[in-house]
Amino acid sequence: MQNTFKLFNKFYFSKYYRKNSMIIGLDVGGTHTDVVLLSGKGFIKRVKVPTDPSDLFNTVLTGITELLINIAPEKIEKIILSTTLTTNAVIQQNVNPVGVIVSSGPGINPEFFGTDEHYYIVKGAIDHRGRETQKINEREIEDVAEKLKKAGIEYVAVVGKFSVRNPSHEILIKRILSKHFKKIFMGHNVSGNLNFPRRISTAHLNAAVYSMHKEFFTAVKESLDKKGITAPIQVLKADGGTMSLDASIEFPAQTVLSGPAASIVGAIPHAEENKDTLVLDIGGTTTDIAILVNKTPILEPVGMRRGIYKSLIRSLKTYSKGIGGDSFVKVQDGNLVIGPERRGSAMAFGGSDPTPTDAIVYLGIMDSGDKELAGRGIAQIADQLNISRDNAANQILKTTCKIIVDQSMKMVERINKKPVYTVHEFMEGYKIKPERILLLGGPAKYFAHQIKEISGIETRAVPLSSVANAIGAALARTTCEVSLIADTEQGIATIHEEDYAEPISKSYTEDDAMETAYTILKEKALSLGASEDELEEVEVIEFQEFNIVRNFSPKGKIFRMKIQIKPGLAHGYEKMKFETTGLNN
Amino acid sequence: MLKAKNKTGLVFFPAFDWAIDPIHPEREERLLYTQDQVAEEGIFDIEGIIEFKPDIVTKDDIRRTHFCVPDEKTVTTESHLISAGGAVSIAKAVMEKKIETGFALVRPPGHHSMRITHGGRGFCHINMEAIMVEYIRSEYGIKRVAIVDTDCHHGDGTNNIFWHDPNVLFISMHQDGRTMYPGSGFPNELGGPNAIGTNLNIPLPPGTSAEGYLYLMENTVMPAIEDFKPDIIVNSAGQDNHYTDPLTNMNFSAQGYADLTTMLKPDIAVLEGGYSIEGALPYVNLGIILAMAGLDYSGVIEPDFNPEKLRQSQLITDKIKSTSEQINKSFQNREELREKAGKHGEIQQKTREIYYDTDNLYERQNEKIRVCRDCGGTLEINSKATPGQHILAIHIPHQACDECIEAGYDIFDKADTEKYDNIFLQDRPKDIYKIKEK
Repeated sequence: MQNTFKLFNKFYFSKYYRKNSMIIGLDVGGTHTDVVLLSGKGFIKRVKVPTDPSDLFNTVLTGITELLINIAPEKIEKIILSTTLTTNAVIQQNVNPVGVIVSSGPGINPEFFGTDEHYYIVKGAIDHRGRETQKINEREIEDVAEKLKKAGIEYVAVVGKFSVRNPSHEILIKRILSKHFKKIFMGHNVSGNLNFPRRISTAHLNAAVYSMHKEFFTAVKESLDKKGITAPIQVLKADGGTMSLDASIEFPAQTVLSGPAASIVGAIPHAEENKDTLVLDIGGTTTDIAILVNKTPILEPVGMRRGIYKSLIRSLKTYSKGIGGDSFVKVQDGNLVIGPERRGSAMAFGGSDPTPTDAIVYLGIMDSGDKELAGRGIAQIADQLNISRDNAANQILKTTCKIIVDQSMKMVERINKKPVYTVHEFMEGYKIKPERILLLGGPAKYFAHQIKEISGIETRAVPLSSVANAIGAALARTTCEVSLIADTEQGIATIHEEDYAEPISKSYTEDDAMETAYTILKEKALSLGASEDELEEVEVIEFQEFNIVRNFSPKGKIFRMKIQIKPGLAHGYEKMKFETTGLNN
Repeated sequence: MLKAKNKTGLVFFPAFDWAIDPIHPEREERLLYTQDQVAEEGIFDIEGIIEFKPDIVTKDDIRRTHFCVPDEKTVTTESHLISAGGAVSIAKAVMEKKIETGFALVRPPGHHSMRITHGGRGFCHINMEAIMVEYIRSEYGIKRVAIVDTDCHHGDGTNNIFWHDPNVLFISMHQDGRTMYPGSGFPNELGGPNAIGTNLNIPLPPGTSAEGYLYLMENTVMPAIEDFKPDIIVNSAGQDNHYTDPLTNMNFSAQGYADLTTMLKPDIAVLEGGYSIEGALPYVNLGIILAMAGLDYSGVIEPDFNPEKLRQSQLITDKIKSTSEQINKSFQNREELREKAGKHGEIQQKTREIYYDTDNLYERQNEKIRVCRDCGGTLEINSKATPGQHILAIHIPHQACDECIEAGYDIFDKADTEKYDNIFLQDRPKDIYKIKEK
């Protein structure tokens, strides 16, 4: 399905002109924040500062300030930030109350998708081809506006079923509301994908985190300006791509869960061309699994999902398993059980319960940590299993790695078993077959050997693996996608999420669709802060062409095309050197 | 958070790159708008609704059901194999209790394909439900199956395949054959001498609305199923009874289909026809899916739905009532009718002609059934297609008695290879298929 083709190779030259400037990548994590400084030649510097979840602004500022000691600020070309601001807001549910107005038409009762008491279902319906089947009642909208205003609501999301086929109802409702509220978010702008419940949750999230996100980034920008750092700020998205700070203010929801994406992009420089690579980010509590096909991460087909939260946010496909270096190890019914529980740090580092980290410390694979304390933890397990300590430590290490490998292979299998909708794809569809494993995260390199033994796949920890996330943020290119629908019976081509429409003739072709889609994609990418040379990484994600037939005669054609600038490395930074080392981990 | 009451599986195989010809009603985008509706409703995000990838059926899977002439490869395309595979993968998931109920939304359809298939009839080349049923009978030891065909056209292929099979209750509700392709499916068509009453054909007058369909469900279909006690219920879920269908003249609706599904509670549903791809299929399929999952479908109403306009006349109501009574009587008397139909061990013959509208060929069949009180009886079919081959096909049924098995092999061994292009034997008890060497 992924027919890659490159366009406009003339932009290639510019990568040679980057060597003297520097970029900053910053990734806020749960416990600490990593900041790196890179140039076109390679890695220069990194700092790690503790994350203060109650004051992310200070965390970010401290990180950048420490990094730039003895560095001239004017040398910085751009700053890419990956924060947990919106993620935390979603998890802690401390978002602004916002109004949500939906019009649905036939189908599942929209009451099921209700956000809170400020959720209103109104008349109006659009069908699957974008035809109006019921009109909006303007009086009804005015009444809802009154109620929302009385409740003190300032931001409203307006979402229609099939609004990505025809957004006119959303636009009309916005027009009626706009004089009453600070900002209105329309569902069709969040994504070109179909999925009404997710459109509701995504538009709601944008509205709910808008003011917090805007205040935060405006403050960051102002503070950096004061320090003489005037380089453009970009924000990392869940799809592993960047967007300009201004664009992020319009779509703050896209910054949710950018952390895992940062790590995956950080692995790309170490992946090989034309090979499928598993990327395993082994942390203390969890391991995040992702897949690169020819150096390009795989995306979620519809949008980001995490537990019961499902959205239309463009996102890399990751699977998170509750196992890591600090997972709690116990014996249950004579078997080792590792994770998903975490009870604190490893005993080797002062914790109270045995963990996989204790096994690698005990076995001498890892130098740091108190070997004797680790040994006590291993002894607990050894006694329960009635085996030697060496044997117990080895079993813990092997079992941990086996769980990680099994879960990775299951993810590959799930992707390979995903349903397809054409005979061609069924017969010839691409099957992922990992030939390399790249490990990220603190304990990664200690697991490499065992993971290789168990999987039979060449495995290595990436250099600087503990800051791969910040490096990934720094290296990410600007990404975006557009979805074009052309209907020659109705005589119109549209990219509704970009509010684009043009009249077309009966003789419209696939090439015309490509030309329009590419033009709009390019405009969108540039407005998000892409450089010209990133515009060549265009990929057709989906293309379908159908005849419209009525009473046994052809009446026109429908073209559907989805193209993207795929996630990957920004130009000029593909050939960086990372083997600077001594700094590893 | 929406949660399905019944764990429901879906296979979606719209075959967007396959069609009989560019303007044929059974064409590439037939399920496009259905897929759009299902995607927009977020169906696959509902807890307890699972999407499965279709399997692809093999030559051996087809050979349990069909005699493909000259062979399987010539009669089918990959799309047919995946479509049947979609039905099989749902059936497997049901049998392995991964799901409680499942719906294969696949194309092309298959219910007009008979036991012998020389090519395409009524857009069908091989019969998906029959292939699926034979698969689960062989692989999971299922004995009794009920198939309810709710397509607007008589499911003459499925009816033909199970005509002599007392262990399969086949019920077809369809527009009266005097007004509609394929022109068969009358109440007196009750099955062969060994299976009278396990084939029920219910013709409906043009203009029948939900009222009529649901009356028959309540008064004929459900009582028959209750009496028959099947291990599994299959629905051939054609959707061309819809009031907007361009090929038919009925007044059924999405709500009606969903109500019918709620009553029938099929373990496995397989999409058949339905050619109102914008006005009906998105709503009907959504209604069926929600009904299977046990979710509220009251909001699934076509934008132009007008119950007043669709109301059936008193004449239709009366006609349906009398048809219902007639069929119920035949079903209740089935043992008696079987006794009268022939003596154990006797051979009964029938000759007929079959037209393949899709591939434009004629088939002439002479069929001999061994009347048997212990099993479905060995069946011998002498078939000649023009243009096409002249073949002899011998079918030894599922759970066949020793006498019938012996009789089948006897015919096969004695058959003269000089007289036929091909001689085939289907031995269901042993699950083997033989082609006689020249």
